[in-house]
Amino acid sequence: MGVEWGRIVELWPDIQQAFFETLIMISISFGVAFLVGLPLGILLFATERGLFWENRFAKSVLGFIANMIRSIPFIILLVALIPLTNLIVGTTIGPYAASVSLSVAAIPFFARLVETSFREIDKGIIEAATAVGATPMMIIKDVLLPEAKPSLIQGITLTLISLIAYSAMAGVVGGGGIGDLAIRFGYYRYDNTIMIVTVLILIVLVQVIQQAGDWTSKIIDKR
Amino acid sequence: MIEIENLTKTYTTKYGTVTGVDQVSLTVEEGEIFGIVGYSGAGKSSLIRCINLLERPTSGAVRVGGSDLTNLSGEQLRKARLKIGMIFQHFHLISQKTVYDNIAFALRAAGTPPKKIRERVDALLEMVGLADKRNVFPGQLSGGQKQRVGIARALANDPTVLLCDEATSALDPNTTLSILQLLKDINRKLNITIILITHEMNVVKEICDRMAVMQDGRVIEEGAVYDVFASPETELTREFISSVVSFDVPEPVLASVSGTLIRVLFRGNAAGEGIISDMLQHYGVKGNFLHGAIEYIQEKPLGIFVMELAGQPAEVTDALRYLENRQATVEVMKYGR
Ligand SMILES: Nc1ncnc2c1ncn2[C@@H]1O[C@H](COP(=O)(O)OP(=O)(O)OP(=O)(O)O)[C@@H](O)[C@H]1O
Ligand SMILES: [Mg+2]
Repeated sequence: MGVEWGRIVELWPDIQQAFFETLIMISISFGVAFLVGLPLGILLFATERGLFWENRFAKSVLGFIANMIRSIPFIILLVALIPLTNLIVGTTIGPYAASVSLSVAAIPFFARLVETSFREIDKGIIEAATAVGATPMMIIKDVLLPEAKPSLIQGITLTLISLIAYSAMAGVVGGGGIGDLAIRFGYYRYDNTIMIVTVLILIVLVQVIQQAGDWTSKIIDKR
Repeated sequence: MIEIENLTKTYTTKYGTVTGVDQVSLTVEEGEIFGIVGYSGAGKSSLIRCINLLERPTSGAVRVGGSDLTNLSGEQLRKARLKIGMIFQHFHLISQKTVYDNIAFALRAAGTPPKKIRERVDALLEMVGLADKRNVFPGQLSGGQKQRVGIARALANDPTVLLCDEATSALDPNTTLSILQLLKDINRKLNITIILITHEMNVVKEICDRMAVMQDGRVIEEGAVYDVFASPETELTREFISSVVSFDVPEPVLASVSGTLIRVLFRGNAAGEGIISDMLQHYGVKGNFLHGAIEYIQEKPLGIFVMELAGQPAEVTDALRYLENRQATVEVMKYGR
């Protein structure tokens, strides 16, 4: 098993294309996860007992849905959501199609991380804001989000890295991307060069995101 | 100003119900500094948190400036809270926001226009002596400075009441004194009613006008601080007082005393030492001081002397009667042999 440089040059356009597709999948699904998961995480937290939107019913319904989606293996979710994907994107293959299932999986994942980040905040700070007469929106915007920011960045990092792993799986149903390339060439055709190259790309991508996340989280923390 | 009526707060926990506050009634007058002392678990925090409804009372009423807070809706309660400041033992500042933003936060809660906010924050920072820390984050401040920010935040919307939950308990003695001085100044200048809870009696002695002692969720003693210090009614209160004003005589000394051991208390301006020396001159008794101190509580002197009187029993009795006639409170700790 050796790396043949010729193969890399030959397949470079495919590698580039796959990398680009991976970026599309991650960007779209992370964008959706952020836009939906953040408010969902806030709701999961704020409906808790003793907090400003305390609501046992809402809390248990939201919690149940989040747990349910999270307990379905991604590969099954991928297949189960084919009709929905077809409805939204008009096709079931390619990076855009794969983004639908990735988004659905990432929303509850990120929402739970958001909830956990808020839970790490000293309750006293929220209480002091309540005592001062702050509105719930002010508490969210000026207490929860800023106080949880370093931890939220860690959550974003974790979500992005998990999405990279999941997006590789999306290759199974023809989602495209690096993972797809790895499976098509490396797995089905025993092409070790492509296998190694794609794995290396994934490793580098994960490392870069982790480092960037750690660094940002540290830089913005004023404690 | 603040009326607490039959207030009870119970908590339901996994292990059953816990009573935090048990049938407490208290009235705090406008402009006074009211201290509540008690050991850990006595229910002080529960009580003070029921005043701004951080904790909803299980039963009873809490009226601040006439209106019963327990009847208010969410938004009305929020508005009412703007006028009830609160400071905490661990300050509870937003760590990711500057000193300026922490105080501005309170003003924005009241819908203050942005231009006014700047002026007001700067004035508040000036008042608490932190003008130079305007753009610093709480993590870079000392405990005392953090509490000053807490005070500025609590006072931002000109409250009528300031609630202090162990506001100095995390601070060293000197810093404690400077924060207490600040609270006193605020009380005098702005006529803000202050309720202060603490387990340190010297805090009460330093700045409170009236006080209550809590034990097991109940108020077991209440009165003007001076009176409570001069004549505590319960064992617990006496214990608290002795942490500040000690009249204890060491056991070996007590054992060696053969005469009548008395504790004499002079209130206000009665010149204690003069009266005692008059007594010694007029009656055939010998006096031996074991302890003597003049404490200033609310700037009023309280003279406390522990002494041994030796002489004929009849003379001693007369001497004691003389002291009582001169407005002294006399307590015989041990009769002569
Ligand atoms: N949120 C809560 N849930 C259950 N029990 C509580 C809660 N808060 C207070 N208690 C209980 O109520 C009682 C009074 O507690 P509280 O905190 O008011 O005491 P405290 O006088 O402020 O004590 P400390 O000096 O330690 O602050 C205690 O027995 C405590 O365990
Ligand atoms: Mg307490």
